[in-house]
Amino acid sequence: MIVEFGHFALILALLVAAVQTVVPLIGARARDVRLMNVAEPAALAQLALLSIAFLALMHAYVTSDFSVANVAANSHSTKPMLYKISGVWGNHEGSMLLWVLILALFGAAVAAFGNNLPATLKANVLAVQASIALAFLLFILMTSDPFARLIPAPADGRGLNPILQDPALAFHPPFLYTGYVGFSIAFSFAIAALIEGRIDAAWARWVRPWTLAAWMFLTIGIAMGSWWAYYELGWGGWWFWDPVENASFMPWLAGTALVHSALVMEKREALKVWTILLAILTFSLSLMGTFILRSGVLTSVHSFAVDPERGVFILGILVLFTGGGLAMFATRAKDMRTGGLFQPVSREGTLVLNNLLLVTSAATVLIGTLYPLILEATTGDKISVGPPFFNMTFGPLMLPLLLAMPFGPLLAWKRGDLAGVAQRLAFAIVAALVLGVAAYALFNRGPWLAPFGIALGCFVMLGALTEWATRVKLGAAGMDEVVRRAINLPRASYGTLLAHFGIGLMVVGIVGTTAYQEERILVMKPGETVTVGGYDATFKGATPGRGPNYREDIAAFDITRNGAAVTKLEPSKRIYDAPPQPTTESGILASWRGDLYIVIGDEQGGSGAYAVRAYFNPLVRFIWIGSLIMFIGGGLSLADRRLRVGAPVKSRRPQIIAAE
Amino acid sequence: MMRRRGSMVRWMIAVLAAVALPFAAQAVQPDEILPDGVQESRARALSAGLRCLVCQNQSIDDSDAPLARDLRLLVRERIKAGDDDKAVMNYVVARYGDFVLLKPPLKPSTLILWLSPLALLLGGIWMGRKAMRAPKVEAGAAAPLTDAERARLDELLGPTHS
Repeated sequence: MIVEFGHFALILALLVAAVQTVVPLIGARARDVRLMNVAEPAALAQLALLSIAFLALMHAYVTSDFSVANVAANSHSTKPMLYKISGVWGNHEGSMLLWVLILALFGAAVAAFGNNLPATLKANVLAVQASIALAFLLFILMTSDPFARLIPAPADGRGLNPILQDPALAFHPPFLYTGYVGFSIAFSFAIAALIEGRIDAAWARWVRPWTLAAWMFLTIGIAMGSWWAYYELGWGGWWFWDPVENASFMPWLAGTALVHSALVMEKREALKVWTILLAILTFSLSLMGTFILRSGVLTSVHSFAVDPERGVFILGILVLFTGGGLAMFATRAKDMRTGGLFQPVSREGTLVLNNLLLVTSAATVLIGTLYPLILEATTGDKISVGPPFFNMTFGPLMLPLLLAMPFGPLLAWKRGDLAGVAQRLAFAIVAALVLGVAAYALFNRGPWLAPFGIALGCFVMLGALTEWATRVKLGAAGMDEVVRRAINLPRASYGTLLAHFGIGLMVVGIVGTTAYQEERILVMKPGETVTVGGYDATFKGATPGRGPNYREDIAAFDITRNGAAVTKLEPSKRIYDAPPQPTTESGILASWRGDLYIVIGDEQGGSGAYAVRAYFNPLVRFIWIGSLIMFIGGGLSLADRRLRVGAPVKSRRPQIIAAE
Repeated sequence: MMRRRGSMVRWMIAVLAAVALPFAAQAVQPDEILPDGVQESRARALSAGLRCLVCQNQSIDDSDAPLARDLRLLVRERIKAGDDDKAVMNYVVARYGDFVLLKPPLKPSTLILWLSPLALLLGGIWMGRKAMRAPKVEAGAAAPLTDAERARLDELLGPTHS
């Protein structure tokens, strides 16, 4: 019964979305307040209805109602509760339901908190937002009904893929989708601006927090996925340039560009037209990502649900919104050409460079991802575009971006003093080079470029700190003054500092683990020792074990360093009950220096000897700590009252330091 | 099933392969490793650029599939036979086609792929320069705020607006 309620709520949500698309749009055109006012309750009703639908599906999962086809296909009665819940979005239908729920959440948030928006803009934004919901609700109801019943109901479900039964992955999709779908707000604002035919700095101020929130969640979502891949997949890799990873990375690159261009627009009224275009492109890349994930187009060989009906439907949605958005842009944007003047060497200039490089890299990833598909479709020629291509093209694009990053925030708006900024950065440059040399001396091997990479990452971090030091007049003013300035520095400045610092830390982690990874692959008998990364790992033999829904062989390793016992690692090989699939659980000893990472393979000939892979991944933690710092930076920026449009007008304490 | 992560998809293939072949190999196995360290590291470097043909964008160096193991052994065999890197790659490509290369070769049909990043970058620079050079007579002329809007904006932005 609850399931049918859920289904009914979903259909009602579709109807509400239809009303919310049409009525406010007409209202905004006719300047009819009553019609425009429909948008707000409609957006809230949509959220309520989709929440009911989502909770109904969750209820079916939690109670293991296998008469629901979706539950039977993806859940199992013995599965731990956490994975029963995460199972809701661990499949196509449920994840699409989560998609529209988050879409509605953002729409409702605009309705609830957008009191400062001009009435017509708000009506238009909510109408556009509802049109996206309309398209996806139609898609769900027509091709991917999560509430379909199965008669007769099976005795038990088929279970969730065991490698998905993992805490990080349980929460990875909601974060990722919040990021993906959050860019819909930027899109809706862009289209609304095009409908109205006008755009101003206030527009950027309204859009930026939403974009920033989406960016934060996408950042942490991607990082969680990468972290999961690292410890679960068992070969110590953390990024594979896989189409499905690229699907989330492209909107991230474009979204990062958007956060920066919206800044220029807000502060300087420049780049308006470009910001609108970027908002359309960013959400289009999110839709493209959804298409790649949900249609199975790129994973055709072994796609789980090669379902052309779904693929074509999502492609239709993609074409409609991207094409429609771009067409509107082409016809309306020329009337909005404006811009503040600026010299190439200025803060605007560096932000333009940022956009140029980020958008080019997003386009490169897009082309690399789709090229094999397009080539095969047009010429029948089969090629592979793999990590070597992406590393060769993406790397050189990131290099100037990272080099320019510390300069940007230090340059003045309009016309910057490059020599002066370089002087201020002198310490950062010298210190970074010293650290690069230190890395070279420390590792004394690996590619010759690696120390430069380490130095570059350090430069970005030190550059971020330099900007802070400049702002608080560290060294130039008395300690009291410095503390006062540090306290009064806007949160958004700390946001920038942390986000940039996080990137630098990440670069160091990436270079460190890529260039200096140590690897030992060998057969180990009980009692044998392998040395890797300064650790001695002694294999103590393997014993069988039993978890709630799996059997496993647990290998025990005693880890010592310079003869002193450090810890015990217990990597294992599991076979799950349902579905009966093997997984490897890595044994990881994490430290600042790097991770000792051990996985076991098959037993070799019944002798108690196992194939063992032991890695030392230097500095690898920095990758995820860096992302976390970026996430926190985004949050701080978001918490800045100047950015919170709904915040009270006057700040409690006068800001001593002007924003920019 | 969720296909949010390709690595997972790859893993699934490995799993499928493992089901078909109960004692399937795990990526590079201890018994494959060449005694000569230089030859082995050459083999590893070459393997990283070769696609596991039954996998999704995964190199044979990372793959658990039996077919990847065959290819890894083939690469090592050629290296032991005295082939240089280029000869090994040519040998593999002659057998499996360009599809096996994770870095697509430069040829007419991949020209767009290889040139597009640079072309996009140059196009972007050109457009950016044009935009910066363009006379800014329109600047400030478009979309002037009404007094009411200006007042509202000031109210919103507060005294710190600069």
